[in-house]
Amino acid sequence: MAEIEIRNVFKIFGKNAGEAMAMARNGAQKPEILERTGCSIGLNDISLKIGASRIFVIMGLSGSGKSTLVRHINRLIEPTSGEILIDGKNVLDLKPRDLRDFRTHRVSMVFQSFGLMPHRTVLQNVVYGQRVRGLSKADANPIGMKWIETVGLAGYENKYPHQLSGGMKQRVGLARALAADTDVILMDEAFSALDPLIRTDMQDQLLQLEKNLSKTIVFITHDLDEALRIGAEIAILKDGKLVQVGTPSQILNTPADDYVARFVQRRAGAEVGHHG
Amino acid sequence: MFPDALHISIREPINTAVQALVVNYGFVFKAISHTILQAILFIEWILRGLPWWVMIIAFMVLTWQATRKVSLVIVVAVLLFAIGALGLWDLAMQTLALMLMATLISVAIGVPMGIWLAKSRLMRSITLPVLDVMQTMPSFVYLIPAIMLFGLGKVPAVLATIVYAVPPLIRLTDLGIRQVDGEVVEAATAFGGSPRQILFGVELPLATPTIMAGLNQTIMMALSMVVVASMIGARGLGEQVLNGIQTLDVGKGLEAGLGIVILAIVLDRITQGFGRSKLEDGQNG
Repeated sequence: MAEIEIRNVFKIFGKNAGEAMAMARNGAQKPEILERTGCSIGLNDISLKIGASRIFVIMGLSGSGKSTLVRHINRLIEPTSGEILIDGKNVLDLKPRDLRDFRTHRVSMVFQSFGLMPHRTVLQNVVYGQRVRGLSKADANPIGMKWIETVGLAGYENKYPHQLSGGMKQRVGLARALAADTDVILMDEAFSALDPLIRTDMQDQLLQLEKNLSKTIVFITHDLDEALRIGAEIAILKDGKLVQVGTPSQILNTPADDYVARFVQRRAGAEVGHHG
Repeated sequence: MFPDALHISIREPINTAVQALVVNYGFVFKAISHTILQAILFIEWILRGLPWWVMIIAFMVLTWQATRKVSLVIVVAVLLFAIGALGLWDLAMQTLALMLMATLISVAIGVPMGIWLAKSRLMRSITLPVLDVMQTMPSFVYLIPAIMLFGLGKVPAVLATIVYAVPPLIRLTDLGIRQVDGEVVEAATAFGGSPRQILFGVELPLATPTIMAGLNQTIMMALSMVVVASMIGARGLGEQVLNGIQTLDVGKGLEAGLGIVILAIVLDRITQGFGRSKLEDGQNG
């Protein structure tokens, strides 16, 4: 239902953004620009189309700009230049009030270290999005309870985050995103902090949810196995540049360059994920 | 010797400015002075009007709310009883009223200022040096102009106490808010929280332990100003200490001094308790 299009997005950190932009447009590399202008290139001319109702994975090593990129979609970070369209509407045109409205109704997010509010119970955390919209407690709580049950945390609704394990905390994070009832969910390394078994469980749960709910999910990871397992399409970033976009099998079989090939190498011969 | 030719004095302009303030705007300061005085008298009227045992019970309840420790509740009761037994009850209530007023105004100024500092880097770089000055400037330097503007008595005492006691509250409010986990604030933003909803729903609640530590410091510093304040005519325990010293009555001075210490201990334990109870809720498990 929600299609995301990112057009020529640049993000430059530092004071000399104008000069750095010009250099980046002319194809200068990240270290060179840093030396000349003191600016760090976060994103370098990214254009992407993210199809509705599936899981799109953005992959890259740390520092490749993937977390920066995903924060542009709900404008937690403002681009230096470029456009971000959701269903054809440019997110960058939104005024503060409309932006808040957009965040509560269209896009929710799951964070790497959970981002739960320690002074609120599980239920209060889960209904945060609904409460911010102005829904009363009585109306919001049943919605919250439904999603707490869906992620398998029934009985924990009145606990505080510090009383939960890492996996449970991230289930709360997931329930919070689902309870906001948005058609886009951004997941920033959502499972990276979890140990492998719980991680696989969570991936299964996410795939199941995706099947039932048909949401557009933008999933950030640095882990190829995870990307192949859950992604319908994968984009690979390096130094703020898009290296390759494709289905898992395209990435595995025809890596665009050495960087992607090195990622894939360790997986040579391994099977392709569900979506293949 | 430093050459005389390079001598610059700011004495005259400052004197003229203060005098001009007194002559031309005296009525403004009188009005402020009057308002504050009424408020202090009101608090004093309550504290001195209530029977001593009601006050002790009220403090016991507060201590219980803050710490949930029976032993501390008993200690507080015994300490306060000791103030009464030393014949200092009425003086202690006067001091408490003065301190409460100074603390209330400090909170009204300090917490919003701290929030502003946390939000604005410019504001922080301007304010921090001013706070340094407020904390290190010998208090008599601003006591004298305070007397010129507000007259002798409780009001300049309260104002001088605020100048001395508000900086830690501002600093710790600022620190507390900046220390709030960035990802939690980011999450609240991502779910559409407005700046106000984030401030009151996330940042302030999470900064509460640090702000309470600041309040604790403010109260302690306010109490330590009590003797100085008595020099400009504020009554209470400080006056008794001053009397004792002036008449070489060491015993009298020590009695009143003990009274101040007891008030300090009691208030310290209560405010610390309020700060800590939240902190522990957030960390243990």
